[in-house]
Amino acid sequence: MKQFDYVRPATVAEAVAAAAQPGAVYLAAGTNLLDLMKGGVSRPDRLVDVTHLDGLDGIERLADGSLRIGALVSNADLAHDADFAKSYPAVAEALLSGASAQLRNAATVGGNLLQRTRCAYFYDTASRCNKREAGSGCDAREGENRTHAVLGWSESCIATHPSDFCVPLVALDAIVEIEGRNGRREMALDALHRLPGNSPERDSALEPGDLIVAVRLPPAARGFAAHARYLKVRERTSYAFAVVSAAAALRIENGKIAETRLALGGIAAKPWRARVAEDVLMGVTPTADAFQEAAWRALTDAKPSGDNAFKIELARRIVVRALTLAAAGTPARIPALPASPFASTSGAIHV
Amino acid sequence: MSELNLTSAPTHLRHGSSIGQPLTRRDGILKVKGQATYAADNHPPGMLFAVMAVSSIAHGRVTSLDVAAAKRHPGVVDVMTPDHKPRLAIDPEIKTNPFVFRMEVLQSNEVRYANQPIAVVIAETLEAATEGAVLLAPRYETLPALIGLDAGESYVPPVVGVGNPTENHRGDVEAGLASAGKQIDSIYETPPQYHNAMEPHAIVAAWNGDSLQIDMPTQGLMLSLGRIAELFGIAPDKIHIRSPFLGGGFGSKGLMSGPPTLGIMAAKLVGKPVKLVLRREQMYGPVGHRAPTRQRLRIGADGEGRLTALDHHARTVSSTFDDFYEPAADASHTLYAAPAIRTSHDAVRVNTGTPLFMRAPGEATGSIALESAIDEMAWTCGIDPLAFRLKNYAEVEPITGKPFSSKALRACYEQGAARFGWSKRSLQPRQMRDDAGLLVGWGMGTATFPALMFQAEARAVLRRDGSGAMEIGAHDMGQGAWTALAQIAADELGLDIDRVEFKAGSSDLPDAGIAGGSAHTATAGAAIHSAGAAVIAKLADLATNDERSPLFGAGNAGVIARDGRLIRRDDESRSESYPEILARAGVAEVEARGTGAPNPAAMEEYAMHAHGAVFAEVKVDPELGQVRVTRMVGAFAAGRIVNPHLVKSQLFGGMIWGMSFALHEEAITDRRSGRIMNANLGEYHIPVNADVPPLDVITVEEHDPHVNALGIKGVGEIGITGSAGAVANAVWHATGIRVRRFPIKIEELLT
Ligand SMILES: Cc1cc2nc3c(=O)[nH]c(=O)nc-3n(C[C@H](O)[C@H](O)[C@H](O)COP(=O)(O)OP(=O)(O)OC[C@H]3O[C@@H](n4cnc5c(N)ncnc54)[C@H](O)[C@@H]3O)c2cc1C
Ligand code: SF4
Repeated sequence: MKQFDYVRPATVAEAVAAAAQPGAVYLAAGTNLLDLMKGGVSRPDRLVDVTHLDGLDGIERLADGSLRIGALVSNADLAHDADFAKSYPAVAEALLSGASAQLRNAATVGGNLLQRTRCAYFYDTASRCNKREAGSGCDAREGENRTHAVLGWSESCIATHPSDFCVPLVALDAIVEIEGRNGRREMALDALHRLPGNSPERDSALEPGDLIVAVRLPPAARGFAAHARYLKVRERTSYAFAVVSAAAALRIENGKIAETRLALGGIAAKPWRARVAEDVLMGVTPTADAFQEAAWRALTDAKPSGDNAFKIELARRIVVRALTLAAAGTPARIPALPASPFASTSGAIHV
Repeated sequence: MSELNLTSAPTHLRHGSSIGQPLTRRDGILKVKGQATYAADNHPPGMLFAVMAVSSIAHGRVTSLDVAAAKRHPGVVDVMTPDHKPRLAIDPEIKTNPFVFRMEVLQSNEVRYANQPIAVVIAETLEAATEGAVLLAPRYETLPALIGLDAGESYVPPVVGVGNPTENHRGDVEAGLASAGKQIDSIYETPPQYHNAMEPHAIVAAWNGDSLQIDMPTQGLMLSLGRIAELFGIAPDKIHIRSPFLGGGFGSKGLMSGPPTLGIMAAKLVGKPVKLVLRREQMYGPVGHRAPTRQRLRIGADGEGRLTALDHHARTVSSTFDDFYEPAADASHTLYAAPAIRTSHDAVRVNTGTPLFMRAPGEATGSIALESAIDEMAWTCGIDPLAFRLKNYAEVEPITGKPFSSKALRACYEQGAARFGWSKRSLQPRQMRDDAGLLVGWGMGTATFPALMFQAEARAVLRRDGSGAMEIGAHDMGQGAWTALAQIAADELGLDIDRVEFKAGSSDLPDAGIAGGSAHTATAGAAIHSAGAAVIAKLADLATNDERSPLFGAGNAGVIARDGRLIRRDDESRSESYPEILARAGVAEVEARGTGAPNPAAMEEYAMHAHGAVFAEVKVDPELGQVRVTRMVGAFAAGRIVNPHLVKSQLFGGMIWGMSFALHEEAITDRRSGRIMNANLGEYHIPVNADVPPLDVITVEEHDPHVNALGIKGVGEIGITGSAGAVANAVWHATGIRVRRFPIKIEELLT
């Protein structure tokens, strides 16, 4: 293994200073970063371990009704927080549909947001990859790209962002709090991840040294608790990334949809907020036809980037299903097979 | 392995015999406590770590390696390359016997497949060796790679599998097809699959002068030993291999491959013990895999649904430098009574490691295609798939006309179908839904696997203190040899299992033959059986020839051994304990050897196979195409069941692998570079717990007087066969969509 420095800053300020140096990266639980280092994909000179920083592992309800989740809260702790799961059920369901129990116990909120793509060519250092090495080319474009992007891709990169967690978060207008060299700032999660354009080497809008300290859900996010679902189609029942996923959240008033939130996962380099589709549903009765129309709108701009045309049709169907499930109401308990099309199977064991 | 502290907590009632009892595995407590020593757990003093650098191209040559950079890295001791390595005694390209396959041990700078070892870095720590391997930064001259089933001109290989004829026929297939009222002609594809045993290949090698101590998981101690002796030019008795436990083998640890050979070379180069363990992704190349196949099945049936012809052709691949051909079409030899059968194979060469044995090689790939085709044929004839199979039940082996040594397949069909509730199945597909609206489908497949035997020897000892020992270099790959073979030993020695010291897993013990072909329990069991009989005969001689013994004059045939005593057969009141006999004779112990081997006369006369019937239920989301298996029942007849508990686990494992074959497993090869893009357990999908439904295994009673003295047929591989087809057929029954390319993917089911 490449030798590197390991630093454990005592304060956020120290962390930012240490990570602003060239070749430095933050280490959270390492469930993604260490794999990348073992594969030689990431070869940092310095790891800045943030897991010992104080004050980043809390879940707080703020006076204005928003919720602030520290960057170091583990995926499992967040999903199993009773108040959180009740208020933001689609987010909890998405978290529990990701990875495996062991990984969720370790993985952090900040790390989940900033996990890298699972594009196999990105992981394979013998392949050309613009994201790994700017300007080297993209071997996925003409390669094995069945699971690659159908929205927002460019000729430079057709990779997807793999996070489940981010999909309902972006639907709920989550905000990311960042500590950087110039102090504290915040941005919409929707603005955090970048589409590839001509510079796929930059995954996010973060600058060197920027540390995610928290994710905030605004007060309105709670309004969807009664009608919110996450649905994830994958190639085995558990422990697999989404082929396509969707988070759907509705506010229903007097039998009509007052507001919709819809986002898709596994189809673009960022969690994909489908605002046009949301608008279509404004004020209408939740019917199959309306959901079909929304699904159609959500995918109008989609085009295959390879052997993946099926993902467009699959995404439409997932949108319809997720909206239908959301309209039917959030179940009292998160299903034993979270976000699974088989969630209704009785006798299932929690995964 | 006297340091092994095996347990045999009697969770069972004995009925005077160990064989047939569901003992829990005797090495189980060691394993759960982490005390079972696997090869890579050994750390002899002074040991160094070796890490392979592997090729990222599939074809070409290595033009440069930055050895200096690697050596400069702190902790790196040496770098083994084609220019700097110990000499081997023979060229590794020479095939000295049919069980020798070519390996890459730095004999040249040529690259024949991706992930081929191209150098080995030896260092004081694993981390330093790993970084050293990166620093080699190999450069290549890349040549176009041959990839996939249409990579080039096809040819007919001389043999398939291990010496099977490439083509077989009986009757006139074309006439049979021409006369058929109903026909199908379908093409199925199966993908390359790679070994992912929990324990990767590993070796700890230590030279002491010209003798060699090795810790290495192997399914073939003596084959490995012979190959190492030949490669390094040392006498076999200078080599000691310990392999008490394997973390799974499945065919990949049967024959000596390149990586462990490199470990031995590295130890020789640096003059210190060396450990070399493959990284998960390095398993995808030099240690064998299941070749892809494309199989065409043409089947004809008459108006009654009786087969008129069965034509099964399989295209497969081998490497560019060696020959192994997945004998997929041979699956059609034994199951269905077609009057005309033809099986044939052809192949193309591709830039991969040589495909080799992987659990049920040929049977697994052939079975999913055959069972899917039989299902298609049943549907074409409008007949229930079970009824169709019964209509075409083979009373004699179809391809040879030989009678079966035993065949309880009818009982398997009956008991499996009853347990599953098959009679309620709708003939038409896409008829059943569950409460949640998911499509439900039921499918079945027939399982079969040959009852093979190899050669083995065992040594039995009876001691004056009333204990016994049985020594045999048998292999426990997790299947339970430490338990099942000890059960046989106990019975053959007439002792309680706790009084028998059972020794296995070491090359200084008698040769147990290879643990493959589902033949290990039968082969090693037969050797134990004859060694036990021989030592009891010696003991009986001591007693029956001695006037002072109550057994005097009974003659060898006149005594039986039970509970540590010899007993007169015709008068059970007259008996004597083993210690009494040995003490009076003034000997500390008696010992004898025995062998196990196939019986050529019986093989000539009978077809010998295990059979089974597997029933599966799947649910499919009608719009989203995701599939989940919700129930499986397998009924298997495999001769005598030595330990029902372990056998059940073997069959469960096989059935899960079958479902994995139908729905999950596939190595994704980049169509241009020939590199495998999902060489890790995150993306090379095998079922996880949530995929595995309640499984129900029935072992059907079967007595086979011909296979071997103990009537054992073997259960290691049969579970995959039938199961894969059952799941695929259930998917069809759920959806009405016949997917012929495996694994079945979501997009195929989006209608
Ligand atoms: C086999 C496997 C299967 C998986 N399946 C799924 C799945 O189905 N769904 C899913 O959503 N995820 C899945 N994951 C991904 C998993 O969710 C991520 O690995 C995990 O969330 C990363 O969190 P971490 O704390 O380990 O981050 P790390 O690995 O420590 O860090 C990841 C990245 O984020 C950066 N980083 C971490 N914290 C911060 C911070 N506070 N501020 C700035 N930068 C930071 C690091 O520098 C690094 O670049 C899977 C992972 C594996 C290994
Ligand atoms: S799709 Fe993006 S991540 Fe994948 S190889 Fe191309 S540039 Fe790299």
